[in-house]
Amino acid sequence: MTGQRAISGVGIAGAVGLLALLPLAGLPAFYDSFLYIVFYWISLATSWAILSGFAGYFSFGHAAFFGAGMYTTATLAVKFGVPLLVTLPAAAAVAAALAVGIGAVVFRLKRLRGELFALLTLAVSFIVATIILNTPIDGGAGVLTSSVPLPRLMPSQSGTIYLLGLLMCAGTLVLAYVVAHSRLGLGLFAIHDDEDVAEVKGVPTFRYKLAAFALSAAIAGAVGGVHATYVGFLTVSETFGITVPLYVVLMSVLGGARHWLGPAVGAAIIAASLYTFTSGDQAMIGRGIVALVLIIAILIVPEGIVPSAQRQLARWRLRPPSPVVTADQPAIARPTAEVKTIRSTSGPRQDAPVALEIRDASKSFGGLQALRGVTLDVRQGEILGLVGPNGSGKTTLINIITGHFPLSGGSITLGGVSIGMLPAHEIARRGVARTYQIPRPFAHLTVLDNVALAAAFGSANLVRTASIAEARRWLDFTGLRAKEHVLPDGLNLHERKFLELARALAAGPKLLLLDEVLSGLNPAEVDQAIALIREVRAQGTTIVFVEHLMRAVVELSDRIAVLNEGSLFALGEPGAVMRDPRVVSIYLGKAHAA
Amino acid sequence: MPSVTLLGQSLVSGVLLGGLYGLVALGLSLSWGLLRLVNLGHFALAFLGAYLVYQLGTTWHLPAWWAALLIMPLFFAFGVLQHAVFLYFRVTELTSLLVTFGISVIIESALQWVWTADFRRYETEYAGTSLKLGPIYVPVMELAACVVAAALAWASWAWLRWTYVGKALRAAAEDPDIAIAFGINRRFLSFLLSGICAAYAGVAGAFIALISTLAPSQIWAWLGVVFVVVIIGRLGNPLGALIAGMLIGAAESLAMATFSPAWAPVVSFSVLIGLLLWQPDWL
Repeated sequence: MTGQRAISGVGIAGAVGLLALLPLAGLPAFYDSFLYIVFYWISLATSWAILSGFAGYFSFGHAAFFGAGMYTTATLAVKFGVPLLVTLPAAAAVAAALAVGIGAVVFRLKRLRGELFALLTLAVSFIVATIILNTPIDGGAGVLTSSVPLPRLMPSQSGTIYLLGLLMCAGTLVLAYVVAHSRLGLGLFAIHDDEDVAEVKGVPTFRYKLAAFALSAAIAGAVGGVHATYVGFLTVSETFGITVPLYVVLMSVLGGARHWLGPAVGAAIIAASLYTFTSGDQAMIGRGIVALVLIIAILIVPEGIVPSAQRQLARWRLRPPSPVVTADQPAIARPTAEVKTIRSTSGPRQDAPVALEIRDASKSFGGLQALRGVTLDVRQGEILGLVGPNGSGKTTLINIITGHFPLSGGSITLGGVSIGMLPAHEIARRGVARTYQIPRPFAHLTVLDNVALAAAFGSANLVRTASIAEARRWLDFTGLRAKEHVLPDGLNLHERKFLELARALAAGPKLLLLDEVLSGLNPAEVDQAIALIREVRAQGTTIVFVEHLMRAVVELSDRIAVLNEGSLFALGEPGAVMRDPRVVSIYLGKAHAA
Repeated sequence: MPSVTLLGQSLVSGVLLGGLYGLVALGLSLSWGLLRLVNLGHFALAFLGAYLVYQLGTTWHLPAWWAALLIMPLFFAFGVLQHAVFLYFRVTELTSLLVTFGISVIIESALQWVWTADFRRYETEYAGTSLKLGPIYVPVMELAACVVAAALAWASWAWLRWTYVGKALRAAAEDPDIAIAFGINRRFLSFLLSGICAAYAGVAGAFIALISTLAPSQIWAWLGVVFVVVIIGRLGNPLGALIAGMLIGAAESLAMATFSPAWAPVVSFSVLIGLLLWQPDWL
């Protein structure tokens, strides 16, 4: 594997080296210029995709960062005589600072929907343009950059610009590849699919979005710096026009914005075809034809060329003689782990330390009091059943323990540390994991990656290879191993529930919160799940589970807590609580309790 | 500090120009809010309408309102056809943006092919006339655009609010699957709405021809400010689009009079950013 990677790395480096020598071959300057434009678009589109493609926050303001870079280089080089190569890092830094400034405000918004982000960034780029136009940076007259001395990297001017474009493009692609295969990339893909879940699974979403935004803008800024020398004359209307933001979106979407190579493929196709029609009327018809091709491509392959080609290739490879193994497997996965039968008497000792301490916790949504001062201790290694009628606050309690909602009042302490005010990902790091009542897997990650993400970002906090090994362990445990390369869409409800469980377990939780994992399962599946939960507890995990299925509650729980209308209503041994007439009355009404 | 007359004049011109913003925003807001399709092509379509009105007026001396009435059914048909394609390919909110961008570019190329990239002005005897209210001039065409925008916005609002079809459309926008389960024929309604939005683009185009200077590249000039109007007015709310249009128009115009015309674009976007950060409940 690594050998293969090393060989392909050498191959790519060789190809870049050969391309770098192209200007020496004595071809007409047209080729330098044509290839430069292709590199330029590849770099821009790829940089855009690092935030917008990977994390799904579509930016229409890429021109702001690109333009900030262009004008930084122009100002430094023209007015202050700074050498070009020195201005490029400055251009990147200015663009990144702009992105961090915007991101720090915008990413804090609770209700930031995708289209609002798109428009906000568009608005920012118009404002940046107006500021530059009306201040001495441009002043409305434009900036002449053709006189900026270029470093003599190549015998000809156009050769030097070509080389800079090539290096920028290669660097951008390497960065995109590295990000896509890193922890950051995995986090960004998860944010794309379901940001709330990503945060609860331990992904520091705010920081990751900011980092991706800054990186994306920095590349655009540096590309802008190089481009300032290519165009020779900067105007605000050209720089901040609609061309850059729209073309980068189109190129990325055409090629496949979620794939590191997708934007490059889309950019190469569009840039090359635009260049084919260069002059006057022809250019106009060319644009029309490109637009038409684009419409057709988007309608036919909406997810982009690279991902759909990959899928075709995978299907093609799978077709060979032997029938696929999964085809004749029963729909219900069987846990393959050795499940020992453990008596429910193996509960914690009465003097076990308190793992989770909830003091007077309250939560209100506007005028609605979902929790009114709940006080509850959970001992280490205990299984606590949480029951109560619908709307009694069970799921809200889970949501505030995981930090999904901030507390309105009171405190929550985990292992002696107050976690009530921490962001969700910090709480996940400290060993809290949950399942969702309605499974919420990351739709575009494979089953294996779904679980590996939890292992990588949860309290287990593992590096990539270790997280995959850990994920496989839990897929074995829940019997999903055979489906590890399937997308969650390909699972049935039972398997999706077990995927939820595997995801929670792979995080290596000290405290596991299960939200109705058994609902919707048939009796045999319930038995399996009960066995699994016992096995988990045997490994020392504290478990709080919300459940309506009374058989499971009584069989599993060491103690039961009953919530009613946001308050703790009863707490104690399963038998005693279930016989309490008050508890029976809130479930079945007064008449039955008598 | 500019004089009161100048401020009053710029306020009136701003509100009237805002009416035109609202008129262009109307179709965009309805299709985005109720069909979940972001129709970038709306601008291009409006300009196509403007050029057609210009051509009919200059070669056949057809008055602008007859020309507008003539192109509305054509545009309605175009909207229906476009929506049929969108439904067939299951176009989503995001892909609609990309596909309609492509449509815009094609229309822009076609405009440039037929009418060249030169700026054109539709000269009519009534185009330059103004009413005089005290010291303030009220340009007639802008006023007409505003009145038509208000009438269309109110009619659309009333239609959505009070008729069965309108309620069904809003329900379908909230939750398509449930709406279908309740027997709403969403496909038919969406065709209807899509056609209406395109016809509104035709109306907006007629006024663009009468009020402003035409050039194919102008398609993109309206994009930023109209999107701001659509967002501030709330997606799918016709009256909101009109009011937001007038507010933005007035704010821009006042800023031009008090500071400098060059800073006008900042106004609408600053308003948008401010609102998005503030996030009031009605947004």
